[in-house]
Amino acid sequence: MIEKTAEPVPVLEARNISKTFKAATHEVRALDGVSLSVARGECLAIVGESGSGKTTLANMLLGIYPPSAGEMFLDGQMLPTRRSLPLRRAIQLVQQNPLSSLNPRRTIGASLRLALDVHDIGARQERKTRVAALLDEVGLPAEFASRYPSALSGGQRQRVAIARALACEPEILVLDEPTSALDVLVQARVLRLLDELRHRKALTYVFITHDLAVVRNIADRVAVFERGIMVEMADTETIFTNPGNAYTRSLIGAIPIITDEEEALRKTVLENKSAH
Amino acid sequence: MSDPILSLLDLKLGFKTYEGLVEVLHGISLRIGRGEKVALVGESGSGKSVTARIILGLLQELKSARISGAIHFDGADLEKLSRRERQALRGTRMSMIFQDPTSSLNPVFPIHVQFHEVLRRMDRNLTQRQGMQRAISLLTDVSIPEPERVLQAYAFQLSGGMNQRVMIAMALANEPSLLIADEPGTALDVTVQAQTLHLMRDLVVRKGTSVLFISHNLGVVREFADRVYVIYKGRIVEHGPTDALFGQPRHPYTKALMAAVPRITGGGIPDIPENSEAFLDPMIDHEVEVPA
Amino acid sequence: MRRTLSILLSNPLSVIGLLLVGTVVFSAIFADFIAPFPSHRGAVVDFSNFNQPPHWPNIFGTDLVGRDLFSRILYAYRISLMLGVVVLAIAVPIGVTVGLAAGYLGGWVDFVLMRLTDVFLSIPPLVLAMSVMGVLEPTLTNGMLAVTTMWWPWYARLAYNVTRSESQEGYVLAAEIIGASRLHIMFREILPNCVPSIVTKMTLDLGFVILIASSLSFLGLGVQAPTPDLGSMVAEGGNYLPDSWWLTVFPSLAILIAVFGFNLLGDALRQVLGADQ
Ligand SMILES: Nc1ncnc2c1ncn2[C@@H]1O[C@H](COP(=O)(O)OP(=O)(O)OP(=O)(O)O)[C@@H](O)[C@H]1O
Ligand SMILES: Nc1ncnc2c1ncn2[C@@H]1O[C@H](COP(=O)(O)OP(=O)(O)OP(=O)(O)O)[C@@H](O)[C@H]1O
Ligand SMILES: [Mg+2]
Ligand SMILES: [Mg+2]
Repeated sequence: MIEKTAEPVPVLEARNISKTFKAATHEVRALDGVSLSVARGECLAIVGESGSGKTTLANMLLGIYPPSAGEMFLDGQMLPTRRSLPLRRAIQLVQQNPLSSLNPRRTIGASLRLALDVHDIGARQERKTRVAALLDEVGLPAEFASRYPSALSGGQRQRVAIARALACEPEILVLDEPTSALDVLVQARVLRLLDELRHRKALTYVFITHDLAVVRNIADRVAVFERGIMVEMADTETIFTNPGNAYTRSLIGAIPIITDEEEALRKTVLENKSAH
Repeated sequence: MSDPILSLLDLKLGFKTYEGLVEVLHGISLRIGRGEKVALVGESGSGKSVTARIILGLLQELKSARISGAIHFDGADLEKLSRRERQALRGTRMSMIFQDPTSSLNPVFPIHVQFHEVLRRMDRNLTQRQGMQRAISLLTDVSIPEPERVLQAYAFQLSGGMNQRVMIAMALANEPSLLIADEPGTALDVTVQAQTLHLMRDLVVRKGTSVLFISHNLGVVREFADRVYVIYKGRIVEHGPTDALFGQPRHPYTKALMAAVPRITGGGIPDIPENSEAFLDPMIDHEVEVPA
Repeated sequence: MRRTLSILLSNPLSVIGLLLVGTVVFSAIFADFIAPFPSHRGAVVDFSNFNQPPHWPNIFGTDLVGRDLFSRILYAYRISLMLGVVVLAIAVPIGVTVGLAAGYLGGWVDFVLMRLTDVFLSIPPLVLAMSVMGVLEPTLTNGMLAVTTMWWPWYARLAYNVTRSESQEGYVLAAEIIGASRLHIMFREILPNCVPSIVTKMTLDLGFVILIASSLSFLGLGVQAPTPDLGSMVAEGGNYLPDSWWLTVFPSLAILIAVFGFNLLGDALRQVLGADQ
């Protein structure tokens, strides 16, 4: 195990969690004995292909459904199956598709206010200014509060989704493919915003993606999932210079790249496999 | 190069809507040589798919579409063809592959029936047996291990990657002169996508098929195409050979596009300015401007 | 709003629908002012002028006791529309709440509520209404009750289907993760997304409620004399066909216009509100 950080208590920890879904005819083992921990202020990337169990892990961290086996801890305290409001508030989610994650028939302002109302954050009268402040935090003008999602571009919608997650003042953000529905230019801006927010607000990220190039530029550590099993976990640098797992290498080999330096790096990584 | 398989000259497109005419393409010129693989890249809504649909003669059927400009395919003026003639071109001399392979295949019929339909467009008298044999050899070309089994299956019984290979095999079944691939396989996993793209590239090179490859993924384009057109808001802003364009992007928009792609060598996330005026700078053509 | 209107007006069928519905609603509301003989809505008898074909001032002719048919049709519209509005005002909230709860909460709530809905849906509407009316007195109130019992399940189904698909949307998940209550999610998040299909169906249904109410009174189970009702007028007039054709033809046309108008308008709304996607 390459547990780099010697943090006394990780902010989030999963111990040996598994999840089995019962389908009509058979069982699907979506996650199999996964243990990982996230240090405060860290960005942990979860990578793997479709069906490898990334979203299943996220859903359990968020308490959408409980694991079939194993435990989860927040700040050293075990997370119960039914979570109280403060526990829910601590872990928030940004989804992949902002078109579906924002209610098309509610204004941006109403969507942002929901979190404030549910968790009773700030005095009633000042919630309007809080909404404006939230929009400002993600680089959007305050007028957007009265607009509907359809009047926003994809990147703007994703910024709103981020603002909504921040409205709960969480400790941890789970980001499930937050930029894979966006264009490259927009993706770059949203990623930059996320990176900046993490540092400014000392947030902890669990960043789910299949795009390793993104991971390289935003994550501190990477966990690689393959069919429900965590096959590798290392700090980002190691994953990209000396991956220990054949599957990780195949993921790196599949990244479409655009510069010669990247080509060279990819080549060394792929050739290294004989060394292992 | 002197006799392109496809050429677009000053192609314009607008849509009539309740708010008035919305212009989508502002005069696109583009040329694909025989056996050439040309990519069209640009962000969402820049007009890539509508260009493809005009070439395929699909948008011409839409009442609200206003199209002008010249489109020549294999020497013939597409606009002069009748609806039926255009229809006869599709799936025979010109074919296409779409983003999501699984939903592009018909769920109600097994693969072999759909294959037969495609093959019969070329040869009306094709028998079941001949069709099967052709299909098997075509599926072998795309490295499908058990073609007989796959032919009996339905699309939903196959994986996304398998369906994508079937789509490629079908698109190339009638040996088209031009293949249009609109974001092929973006719905697939990265590794599967990489595999099928390599396979498709090898196959079109072997058969000498010309390709118009549409994508917003610069990395994929770099690995696939001989020449690249960059489109921004309905205008071509830069075009040239892949190596030249990637080695030395010159238009501000292309530069921003390239800078925005995260690198596996690291270096952090670049600061990309909001859509700037410079993105509308005049077009840069590497082929005429590259100094000797 | 202006966009909605311009889309509506660009389609000739929608314009016809709008005009027909407008005419029906206008005549119902202003029957007192339009009707040449407002008193003929009640038990008036004028044997000097009974069973007359259309002539001035009785442009639709007169009925068997000498009342102006045109005036009676206007008042019948008023009753029919009122019936439709009241029925929908009861059936829609009940049906939609049932559908929302079953669709969002799932599990046994879904099972119980939707089986109940299915039971109601499996009985032919007219039969259900007839049995209610057969047991109870055939008054206007009971007529409404009868039609309501058979109408809410359709809205339960509709709301259920929309809710089931909306529940898969990311915004519902987002609200759950924030910790919003189930009531909030059902009524503030999901319901607004059901509104287009509900409004569309309501428009279509106004026509059908009128038709069903007419069918009931045609069978002698609906609104009772002397209150004017399109269904009973057709039923009565039928006995005097073909000689006194106006007794049947004009009330039938009136039903046709209302049903047709609401259908055209409903279809147009469906397109404009994008309820069918
Ligand atoms: N509610 C469920 N019922 C049954 N099976 C499920 C359920 N949710 C997920 N699965 C299965 O569990 C496995 C892991 O799914 P998961 O959504 O976690 O994958 P993922 O890594 O997020 O993939 P993607 O990249 O496609 O989002 C898959 O095989 C999936 O079919
Ligand atoms: N039938 C139509 N009516 C009106 N506008 C349309 C129609 N089809 C496309 N458009 C508009 O034309 C523009 C170009 O669309 P197109 O689908 O070509 O984009 P694209 O470059 O393929 O984007 P993406 O990467 O998202 O597929 C968009 O602004 C789109 O809204
Ligand atoms: Mg997922
Ligand atoms: Mg497109």
